[in-house]
Amino acid sequence: MKKLLALLLAGAMALSMVACGSSEPAAPEAETGSVYYLNFKPEQNDAWQALAAAYTEETGVPVTVVTAASGEYETTLMAEMGKSEAPTLFQVNGPVGLANWTDYCYDLTGTEVLGQLTSDGFALKNGDAVAGIAYVVESYGIIANKALLAQAGYTPEDIKSFADLKAVAEDITARSSELGFAAFSSAGMDGSSDWRFKTHLANLPIYFEYQADGIGSTAAIKGTYLDNYRAMWDLYINNSTCDPAELAGKTGDDSRNEFLEGKAVFFQNGSWEYGSLSAVYADEDLVMLPIYFGVGDEANQGLCTGTENYWCVNSQAEQADIDATLAFMNWCVTSEKGTTAMANDMGFVIPFKAAVESPNLFVKQDVAYTAEGKTPVSWNFPTMPSEEWKNMVGSALTAYAADQTDDNWAVVVKNFVDGWAAEYALANG
Amino acid sequence: MEKALKKYSPIFVLPTLLAFTIGFIVPFFEGLYLSFCQFTTVKNAKWVGIGNYQRVFADEAFLHSFGFTVKYAVVAIVLINVIALCLALLLTRNMKGTNIFRTVFFMPNLIGGIVLGYIWQILINCVLSLVGQPLLALNSQAGYWGIIILTAWQQIGYMMIIYIAGLQNVPDDLIEAAQIDGATQWETFWKVKLPMIMSSITVCVFLTLTNSFKLFDQNLALTGGDPNHLTEMLALNIYQTFYARAGLQWKGLGQAKAVLFCLLVVVISFAQLKATRSKEVQQ
Repeated sequence: MKKLLALLLAGAMALSMVACGSSEPAAPEAETGSVYYLNFKPEQNDAWQALAAAYTEETGVPVTVVTAASGEYETTLMAEMGKSEAPTLFQVNGPVGLANWTDYCYDLTGTEVLGQLTSDGFALKNGDAVAGIAYVVESYGIIANKALLAQAGYTPEDIKSFADLKAVAEDITARSSELGFAAFSSAGMDGSSDWRFKTHLANLPIYFEYQADGIGSTAAIKGTYLDNYRAMWDLYINNSTCDPAELAGKTGDDSRNEFLEGKAVFFQNGSWEYGSLSAVYADEDLVMLPIYFGVGDEANQGLCTGTENYWCVNSQAEQADIDATLAFMNWCVTSEKGTTAMANDMGFVIPFKAAVESPNLFVKQDVAYTAEGKTPVSWNFPTMPSEEWKNMVGSALTAYAADQTDDNWAVVVKNFVDGWAAEYALANG
Repeated sequence: MEKALKKYSPIFVLPTLLAFTIGFIVPFFEGLYLSFCQFTTVKNAKWVGIGNYQRVFADEAFLHSFGFTVKYAVVAIVLINVIALCLALLLTRNMKGTNIFRTVFFMPNLIGGIVLGYIWQILINCVLSLVGQPLLALNSQAGYWGIIILTAWQQIGYMMIIYIAGLQNVPDDLIEAAQIDGATQWETFWKVKLPMIMSSITVCVFLTLTNSFKLFDQNLALTGGDPNHLTEMLALNIYQTFYARAGLQWKGLGQAKAVLFCLLVVVISFAQLKATRSKEVQQ
């Protein structure tokens, strides 16, 4: 019996040793280099995998695409960067995200792929160096259901300013029991949805302030247009599918589903929603309106168009891998296969010369608005000082929604203005 | 056999020791080193001295999370242990269906903290909206009690099992002797059973204490620290410092907080072990 026990123990020990010495992954071919892309957008994972396989088949260069789970990009990137087989291609969300990774961004100056950009504005600069390049341009605004709008007796052409939007929304709310739908889908403040308001909607007061002051970023925001922000937020929460006090727990899916089920006419979101909306609605039923804010030249305001997705190349990778990565990026945005896949399979509008036209309705609308001479609202939220600032504003907005007093709004203003200065000092001090 | 065991013991210890070294000792000392550095990835650290530690004490959110954790721990430890002990007393009386009850009370312990957090978030938000109170994301009071209720519900069953085992080990002759001497039920419990299960109490208080300080997933899932970091506990604060902040200075700060946190948990648990051990009696 004792012998048996000893044998068992010895066996277990041997097993654990074997487990420790599992085989090393095959070394990549050093001469040709390889590409490891850590992808940010889970929706496009399948399309990226297919594109990577197509590239490998064409050139023989191995391309690995790994997609981080939604909301886990920074965590995944940090873990992967610490490994010996680190990603060669990754992304940052603008100047603030870049702060983490400045030491890891290869200077893209003079690379072929940089020359393919349609405008210099899509390059992310770090001093004189080019740290990243935007690879997708997106638009957001107020998505409207034309059929429901017609049922309420309006057309999208009736809405040309904030005053129009307010009149239409309040009229729909007044008749909501008769119509059977509300004006706005719920402005959920759960983590899956609050970015629509603490980041995207908050872009507008920042944009107009930057415009008025002629600046592109600031250490201290003044909050000149926060009254308009409040008016807009009031409109969203008081003409919605649910009691404002319940917004704290409403998710992004709740909001989208309300729109898909025809319970609401308006839904503030962006071109990335086209996939899920077009599954239910035909193109002629949908329209994206600019977020009219009651400021500036509303007649000539376009959609909010910009990017917060920048490709960066890992400067600490082997030179062969860097070269392979640059070649892969260039192939993606110049070759027929690459550009077609990015436009059709991923639904992207890419800011490169060889871009193929995207079937995305909202993107086409953005192009049409711009052609009419309207000015797109640029994305200024990459200049927000930190995630913490967004969270503070979001938290105050949620509290205000539940109890709409001037005191609670004062907290939003305080977090917006004082919080900006404090967080800016923390990030840059 | 004993001699052979002694002779070969290093060989038997080796695999576990290796795993312990790789999985604990090396990362611990690397973490200690990194807490004095500025870094983004662990391989690429720059020594900055004690600056990180100085900034920890200037961080109000961290100090608040420490206070919040202590407030939580005191209430949770008392609540969990008292209720678990009461249940254990009830379920050692040869009642009908004892086994079913034991199983039912133990079951919440088998569900992961994140899942529990989300389930309770739905439940508590539902109740709050029915009684017209602000939801969890806006209500730090509800968040505080929510975490307590959740963790109590989760841990009571586990502690109950330990107490039951302790109670079953109290020799029958002692209880019989007490009854013959005319002790009441309360006196039997207070003067005989309680001293005899002191070792179970040591274990349970130790477990609830360390669990309370290390609490993370339930906190993350139930409140996420909302509103405005008011329900953020130590572990979550460290995690947020490390991962939710962009910039070079934060990783080292998070690491310094983690080292202090580790020391704190070790010191508190040793103090508690010493205190309760001294009350244990030898059978």
